[in-house]
Parts: sequence; structure tokens; C-alpha cells
Amino acid sequence: MSQPPAPHQDETPAPKGGDSVHRHRWPTRLWHWLNAITLAVMLMSGLMIFNAHPRLYWGHYGANSDPAWLDLEKVNGGIPFPGWITLPSTYSLADARLWHLAFAWLLVLGLLGYLGWALVSGHLRRNLAPRLGELAPAHLWHDIREHARLRFPTGAAALSYNVLQKLAYGTVLIVLLPGTVLTGLAMSPAIDAAWPWLVDLCGGRQSARSLHFLCAGGLVLFFVVHLAMVLLAGPVNEVRSMLTGRYRLPPDRKDAP
Amino acid sequence: MIVSRRKLIGMGAGAAGGLLLSGCDRLNDSPAVRDSLASAEGLTMRSQRLLMGDALAREFSEAEMSPSFRVNGSSRVEDSAYRRLLGSGFAGWTLQVGGLVHRPLALSLDALKAMPQRTQITRHDCVEGWSAIGKWQGPQLGAVLGTAGLLPNARYVVFHCADVLDGKPYYESIDLIDAFHAQTILAWRMNDAPLSEGHGAPVRLRVERQLGYKHAKFVMRIEVTQSLAALYGGKGGHWEDYRGYQWYAGI
Repeated sequence: MSQPPAPHQDETPAPKGGDSVHRHRWPTRLWHWLNAITLAVMLMSGLMIFNAHPRLYWGHYGANSDPAWLDLEKVNGGIPFPGWITLPSTYSLADARLWHLAFAWLLVLGLLGYLGWALVSGHLRRNLAPRLGELAPAHLWHDIREHARLRFPTGAAALSYNVLQKLAYGTVLIVLLPGTVLTGLAMSPAIDAAWPWLVDLCGGRQSARSLHFLCAGGLVLFFVVHLAMVLLAGPVNEVRSMLTGRYRLPPDRKDAP
Repeated sequence: MIVSRRKLIGMGAGAAGGLLLSGCDRLNDSPAVRDSLASAEGLTMRSQRLLMGDALAREFSEAEMSPSFRVNGSSRVEDSAYRRLLGSGFAGWTLQVGGLVHRPLALSLDALKAMPQRTQITRHDCVEGWSAIGKWQGPQLGAVLGTAGLLPNARYVVFHCADVLDGKPYYESIDLIDAFHAQTILAWRMNDAPLSEGHGAPVRLRVERQLGYKHAKFVMRIEVTQSLAALYGGKGGHWEDYRGYQWYAGI
């Protein structure tokens, strides 16, 4: 295994803007690209599955005559998500389920493996958990303002994740991904027999289906912001760091203090 | 020509998107890809059965029932013999039980009603995503099979139905684990009334830990077999043969 990033080692001089550092360890890089593929398949096949019954309900039951909180039946002739975003592109619930329920295994095994590694290696505690000071409103507000002005951390400050990154990655890892998996399992009549507490925790099978859709929406939102940030922060450097691990620290801005 | 890095990436993403879309459909149509995707079904079935053992599906109270229970699949059977039976309240009808059994049976509706009954209020989950909660009553399939007595090579229980969907006779199958599960019943009564035609009169299978398309309606004949390969399309059911649905529908 490669060495973890060591931003605060005293023996070596602190890296500065322009230096090439080792940013991402191999489990992070492997899992990142596995997710890129898996989540694309899950989303596209999931939208096709949604097309089969484009209504969402709360509670244990819900069908056409029951009140729905989201009803897209009148959108696009009853097939709300168009072919360019679904897998397959023409209507097939059976084929979409084939993809969804096979790639679900990759998602679950990848997530369990990565969560296990992140816990044992200390990645979760050291690099992803926000420090108390970072959660202070003043610090959060400062980071949000800097991001909004597209002034991203530079030099040694770019060695570790900033608090907004930590919150975004942590939400994906701890909330949204486990959330999609657990709400997905709660829709299974077999799992509901095995673990009745899971579907109860969701508030019923139709609530689980709604939450599954909302978690997926959260992941899409993350993906859009994530992609925008990569493009704005320097796509070549960012993508290289996720492929090889090498990352060139952004040089300090001239006007930076 | 000077192309900015950002523009280049945009063009690349567009091209990749187009390739991805046509590539996805090509992958979707590839038999090798479909076979490897389908191999997850066995993994899912084994894992789910390991987790659930013989656990029961949740049973609900009367207050939790759906106000109306949607009819799905065939809502009407065209077969003239069926229509005559329906008109007579299935007076002369018998459920045939045969195949790999010691004693083939012909059970009238009254005979099914005279057996020990199980009543359960359960959630019906359609593969499309909707759910409805209803009350079902009938003898356990395990008791019927026990009366017939299974031969040692019996593996699957096949349900031959009166309805024809898309020009093909409807049938479904389960294995012995589900066949002998306590909640697997031959329901002749639903929501305190005899089963309506839309819900599968005279008898519908309830196999509560699987999705709706496994719950065969209009069951006319039960056949115990060693394999599913020789029946119709060979995949164990109408939706499996002609629509590509999984045979194991636990999720």
C-alpha cells in the first residue's frame, strides 16, 4: 500500500504551491472509478425502473388509486425519463432490472470494502471527519464564500480536504450511498421478511421507494457539483491525481496573504 | 485552430456521451453481457435465503389494508370453458395436481375450502414498483402437496393458468423452499369475498416473499417437476420466458 498523505510531518519541509505530492491512495482511486461506472449504470437503469411506475408514495402501500406525492404519469406520455438517460434506451423494465440488480452487488461490495478500509486505515478519521474548528459557523461561512468566488485552497492548504469537501464526501459515503442501498433492500419482499426493522425504519415499502429516489437525487446533485468543481479546479491535475495519485499543489495566488 | 482545454473536455464529454449511449444498448443486447448480468440472480437468491431462512412476510392489520387493490396482468379470461365455470361459480371445477407425485389429485373448490385454512393480510409488491395490502385465505400449498405426496426427484412446482397473455398461456413456477413456506397458500378468498375474476378466480397462488408476477392467477393445474427446461420457453414462467424477468423475484 502506498504511503498516506502526511501533511503535518515535521521531518520533511512542508510542501508548497507547485510541488507534486501524493494525493490519493490506491483504494480511493480504485473505488472512485468503480463508482463512476457503477453509479452511472445504477442511475440509468434506475430511471428506467422508475418509468415503469412513475408515481411515488409514502407509507406501506401505494398504487394508482392512492394519493402520490410525486406523479409524473402525464410527463412525456407516461415515460418521464427519456431514452438518452435510461438503460436500456427503449422501454424495458426487465432489462433495467437485469443491470440494476447485478451492479447493485458491485455497489454494495465496493462500499463495504471502502468503508472498511477507510475505518481501519484511519482515512475516515484523519482525512474525512471534519475537525471541530472547521465546523464553526465563521469557518464554514468563510469557506463557502471562498468557494463561491472560486478561490480554492492553494499550496499546503490544498494538501488536505477543506471542510466543504469533507462534508460532501462524508455525506456521500455515510448517508447517500448506504441510504440508497438500504432503501433499495427495503423494497425487497424477501429482505422485508428477513429484516422487518429495515422497512419499518423507512416508514414502509413505498416510503423506502420514495427515499431511494431522493437519495439517488442527492447523488446526482453531488455528481453535478463534483464535476463542476473538478473542471473549475483544473481538470487535468484533478483527474491525474485520481488516476495516478500524483497531484500538483495549486501555486499560491499573488494576492493571497 | 486554438481549442481551449475546457472546450476540448466538453467536446470529449459529448462524444463519450454519444458513444456511451449507443455502447450501452449494444452491451444490453450482447448475450455474453446478459449472461453475466443474469448470474447475479443466483447470488441474490442464495444470499436472501441465507438471511431470511423460513421467516414470515410481514402481516398487517385490517386497518392497514389498501382501500382498493389494483388488478394487474390478465383481468379477463377468454377461454369458453373457463367462462362457463365462472358462470356456475366453479361448481364442476377441479384443481388438478399431478406430475412427480404419488397420488395425483383432483380437488374441487369445496375440497380446498374444507382443508385447514390460513388467512393473512400481506403486502403485494408489483415488479413495477407499486404495492397493495390485501387479505387472503386458502389452504397451504404444502398441505396440498403433502396429500399428493412428492416423489424423491421433485424439485419445482409449476402452476398452469387459464389466462392467455400476449397469445401465450400463463404459467409460473416456484421451488420446494417457497412451496412449503407457511405463507404460500392457494387463495380462493380475498378481502372476505370469493376471489373475483380480475384477481384470479377461482384460485390464485400467494408466495409472499416474492414479487407479484410469481403469484399465478386462475390456477387450473399444478404440476410437480424435476426441471423447468421442458416447459414452454424453459425459464419457469411467462414473464421469464417472454419478457426476460428473473425467475427468482425476491427483490
